[in-house]
Amino acid sequence: MRNKRQDTGTGEQALSSRAVEEQIRDRGFSPPACALCALATLLTLLLCVCVGSVGISPSLTVSTVWKAIRSAVLGLQPPEGLNEAIILSVRLPRVLCVGLTGASLSLCGAAMQGLLKNPLADGSTLGVSSGASLGAVIAIAFGVALPSLPFAGTMGMAMLFAFLSLAVILALAYRLDCSLSTNTIILIGVIYSMFASSLISFITVYASDRVRQITFWTMGSLAGSGYGDALVLFITLLVCGAAILCHGRELNAFALGEENARHIGVNVRRVRLIIMIAVSALIGVCVSIGGTIGFVGLVTPHMARMVAGPNHRRLLPATMFAGACFLMLADLLARILLNPLELPIGVVTSFIGALVFIFIFYRSRRAER
Amino acid sequence: MTLLSVTNLAVQYGGRKILDDVSFSLAEGRWLMLVGSNGAGKSTLVKAIAQGVPYRGSVCYRGEDVKRYRPHVLARHIGVLSQSHHVSYSFTVGEVVRLGRYSHAPGIFSQKQAGDERCVREALELTGMLPLAGRSVLTLSGGELQRVFLAQLFAQNPQILILDEPTNHLDLVYQKQVFALLETWLRAGKGRGILSVVHDLSLARAYGTDAVLLDRGTLIASGAADTVFSPEHLERAYSMDVYAWMRAMLSQWEAGREDFPAAEKDEGRQNKGVSKTQ
Repeated sequence: MRNKRQDTGTGEQALSSRAVEEQIRDRGFSPPACALCALATLLTLLLCVCVGSVGISPSLTVSTVWKAIRSAVLGLQPPEGLNEAIILSVRLPRVLCVGLTGASLSLCGAAMQGLLKNPLADGSTLGVSSGASLGAVIAIAFGVALPSLPFAGTMGMAMLFAFLSLAVILALAYRLDCSLSTNTIILIGVIYSMFASSLISFITVYASDRVRQITFWTMGSLAGSGYGDALVLFITLLVCGAAILCHGRELNAFALGEENARHIGVNVRRVRLIIMIAVSALIGVCVSIGGTIGFVGLVTPHMARMVAGPNHRRLLPATMFAGACFLMLADLLARILLNPLELPIGVVTSFIGALVFIFIFYRSRRAER
Repeated sequence: MTLLSVTNLAVQYGGRKILDDVSFSLAEGRWLMLVGSNGAGKSTLVKAIAQGVPYRGSVCYRGEDVKRYRPHVLARHIGVLSQSHHVSYSFTVGEVVRLGRYSHAPGIFSQKQAGDERCVREALELTGMLPLAGRSVLTLSGGELQRVFLAQLFAQNPQILILDEPTNHLDLVYQKQVFALLETWLRAGKGRGILSVVHDLSLARAYGTDAVLLDRGTLIASGAADTVFSPEHLERAYSMDVYAWMRAMLSQWEAGREDFPAAEKDEGRQNKGVSKTQ
């Protein structure tokens, strides 16, 4: 369409060649941006370790952590003292777990929002988290465990049930509505969540001898988590996160619609399966360690999208950092808001998340009209 | 040589037959128009060829079943434009068109190719979307969005274009331009072919070299456009006298206008559809 009519109405002038090049280049997450995000995350981590019922100076925190790392590497005596103990055995493992959980859940949210072309998708809105909880509760109630690894039973069941839930929800959604409209999936997710909750209650009543254990777990927060949990979270995030991050372009295609993805040559089935497995594994591990923390995966991708844009090659890493920071700060709020009492972290995220959910829903509905 | 051959294709949705035993083929340098009334199964046929719905029968590209191609390899040969587009996220026009290059470097570590930028730029230029390259697709009109996905298809650079109503949402001027553009594309390279669903019979008649006429999932006629668009075939497909209707429509324009132009020679090709109805 050379001699074309100017109907764009915006009066845009012919752009210089360089500007066009800039616009059509597919830019990934640049190293400076990565460094900036990492720095922000580290500062947030430092802040969250320092602030609490006992205030600790940042310099002491940094030096203690440095000493601890050095002594661990060289095999020396770890640093001693009350503040050191607070930092090393209470706050640091907790904050690390919180950060890693935040990054994992947010990455899952961003991946699913892309995969399903649905800005409201998330582990909690789709019912995957509830499914994972159900798996964990079954594992506790019926004593599913691997011999040498006491936690692997709960974790494995949580992952398995997360995957099965996702498969069931998607299969139902495809059956009911081939175009996978936003509302159908969310509705199915809500119903599935209720169903899973009812089953959890049922099992709790049935396995009354383990009620305490189950209640303890369902109330579970990241408060008592240790370095072992952080390591498990880190390894899962490393493996599954890599799997998701490698599919940035495919997720871009899915975000324009599954049909479009197929037309441009994406192996739709394979990519969908990989993303589903990675997401289920991440959610399963997060739920089995920290319980269900709602709305993190829903909110942070939207915040990241405002800064990094919708291109998943930038959005996914940005979301990870944003999620880590968001959840660490939410955890900080949960700790200090009613000091010395402590709020469950899910309360803070759900409070913020619900408001943001309504805002997004409202805005997307307005845009549709 | 035959580019695309469809043999005994049948599609069912929950026991209901959408398409039944449809066979036709598309040869090099030909433009095949898929025509039929609403609900005839045209879009389903396009979806089946694009591997979007399960089907029985076979679809072959250059003699080999398309199911044996890996998705990205197939996408380098066959490009598909869907009927409607909904976007949820604010990708820029450039980003969407850039995705058309996916099939040429689908690996994780082979994401950049030398020719990518040039192809994207040419596709944007060709469809007139270059000035909008930085715009968010959420802010575009339906017609502009249609052209963005057309540009994505050109960036993909396949041998066969499969288009489900390519001029959906487009006004007359762009309709004419898109069809002229597609015709130029078809003639510009060897081994190319187009299969398109077109509602407007005049357009189908004017640009199509071949045609397939469908009615409620069954094939009425296929082959050269002149033979397919016979009054008898159209009567069967639409249950009305299409020729009389076309004549009546045209007479509205002619009435009271002595200066009504005779069948205009449009860019070197005769408007067969128009001249016949006069």
